[in-house]
Amino acid sequence: MTNSLDISDLKKTYPGGTEALKGVSLSVKEGDFYALLGPNGAGKSSIIGIIGSLVTKSSGSVKIFGVDIDTNFTQAKSMLGVVSQEINFSQFEKVIDIVVNQAGYYGISKSKAIPKVENILKRLSLWDKRNDQARTLSGGYKRRLMIAKALIHEPRLLILDEPTAGVDIELRKEMWAFLKEINEKGTTIILTTHYLEEAEQLCRNIGIIDRGDIVANTNMKDLLGTLNVQGFVLDLEKPLHEIPKIEGFPLKLEDPLTLIVAVNKDRSINSLFIELSNLNIKVKSMRNESNRLEELFIEMVSAND
Amino acid sequence: MISLYLILIFILFALAFTSSSLAKARNQSQALWFWLTLIFPIAILFIAIKDTKEEEIPINSFNTSTALRTLITREIRRFLRIWIQTLVPPAVTISLYFVIFGSLIGPRIGTMDGFDYIQYMIPGLIMLSVITNSYNNVVSSFYGVKFQKSIEELLISPMPNWSILLGFVIGGVVRGIIIGIIVYFVSLFFYPSFEVVNPGLTILVLFLTTILFSLMGFINAIFADSFDDISIVPTFILTPLIYLGGVFYSINILPDFWRNISMVNPMLYVVSTFREGMLGVSDVSIPFALGMIFSFIGILTGLCLYLLNKGVGIRQ
Repeated sequence: MTNSLDISDLKKTYPGGTEALKGVSLSVKEGDFYALLGPNGAGKSSIIGIIGSLVTKSSGSVKIFGVDIDTNFTQAKSMLGVVSQEINFSQFEKVIDIVVNQAGYYGISKSKAIPKVENILKRLSLWDKRNDQARTLSGGYKRRLMIAKALIHEPRLLILDEPTAGVDIELRKEMWAFLKEINEKGTTIILTTHYLEEAEQLCRNIGIIDRGDIVANTNMKDLLGTLNVQGFVLDLEKPLHEIPKIEGFPLKLEDPLTLIVAVNKDRSINSLFIELSNLNIKVKSMRNESNRLEELFIEMVSAND
Repeated sequence: MISLYLILIFILFALAFTSSSLAKARNQSQALWFWLTLIFPIAILFIAIKDTKEEEIPINSFNTSTALRTLITREIRRFLRIWIQTLVPPAVTISLYFVIFGSLIGPRIGTMDGFDYIQYMIPGLIMLSVITNSYNNVVSSFYGVKFQKSIEELLISPMPNWSILLGFVIGGVVRGIIIGIIVYFVSLFFYPSFEVVNPGLTILVLFLTTILFSLMGFINAIFADSFDDISIVPTFILTPLIYLGGVFYSINILPDFWRNISMVNPMLYVVSTFREGMLGVSDVSIPFALGMIFSFIGILTGLCLYLLNKGVGIRQ
């Protein structure tokens, strides 16, 4: 199977001297749902900018389905759709005109574009607002319009740079369902996000970038499998005033009714409950302390310090 | 695409024949001007084709002419949508010029190069409007898309750089020509007996001027970082040069020193050549002026494509 994206030794140094990418190499398989994670300023947007021709690279190569963006620009770009982080359409144009024009920039004539536009706008609940000026749309609808624009030419590779930033939970879930659907139909999706839960829920493979270097590029399940310790929050029936001591289970009392415990991968959680029962501490309910991926992410980025 | 190239070739040869017939009328080498006129646009075409040659190997579904047509249509719609800001003001301003300098003060001035002053002023005022409007159209539109970030729509798309440049320039050319026609009809209202001496040269210069100043506006927009930057050049450089470039007077009435200074003003060549077309009088050599205009178009086109390929002002 061909790779939908091949990045090789990609370097970018900005005019001020900031080295944003220090030789990134990355491959994403066709049909994949890939998450690219990293803290602010790690180089995620630089990579996406270079793929989308919004940023000039210092060196290295980028291929989309094996087609080099430098030597076969037109063919490579025809297969790509990009949803940028910031709103990038004319605020004074009508929704329908923006999407029809975008189709035109990809060589699709207006007569051929109209049915596609109707389809995508209806799918993203934008059809009723097609004659509204883009500036009158709410933040959520503007995001939908960005996605409609990026998909109008039916790209084989879709890249989304933090698509759900600042979007409410309902719309975020709706977008997740939509992205899953188009991925199932064959579109390769690469996603950058700050919501690690989003990456964990949607993506099969993951790359973690920090300070211009890829620090992990693996399968999501394998990555989560490397997690040694997991935190649990225990809601207690009766308040505690001092931290109980149980060997092998470091405990922390967040408040008199909440106990936090770090459980090592090789320990059984049953033994913890036995010990707690012995101490006459009754647990009302239990939940994960935080997102597992978040712990791993912090661990990896800290290891790179 | 083939039909587009055929039209371009036809325009090129039409320009070359116009230039050589003008040279003949002035007892200059026809062949020299024919080839000179042909070489610059061919050089521009060569740069444009070279830019896309390797890009267009497997076009697949991508159609450059559709993309270009979309951009041109958007550009034309943009200034037509805001016609009160773009098409009406030149008509109003020029009417005031005609009322004050033509009808009220003009008769006191008498004649200029043997023409009524209002008649002499018409080509200059048309050029004044055409230059400022084609320049402003491109500078404001291209800076506008940069400011709103909607330039990303074009940069992310498969459109080659030459087609982006051509789309914006044609937008400026169309607006410039529409404004030229509007001002011409306004001038007929004030001077109904006005007749164009050489329509071919007039149309040629009108067309070339709009291309030249659209390219200048494009370069201004590329380097602009704020709205101040897009008004500095038109206000402090372009307008003074146009006003001192023979819009309202013939440089023959100036003392030698100021006449020589005026000869280095590029606007003089544009305005004078246009006046030659409309009235048959000029302060400069027409083949030389046309050669200069073609040269500048060639140089500025090359510069625009170089800046776009380098990503200056549009890519990080």
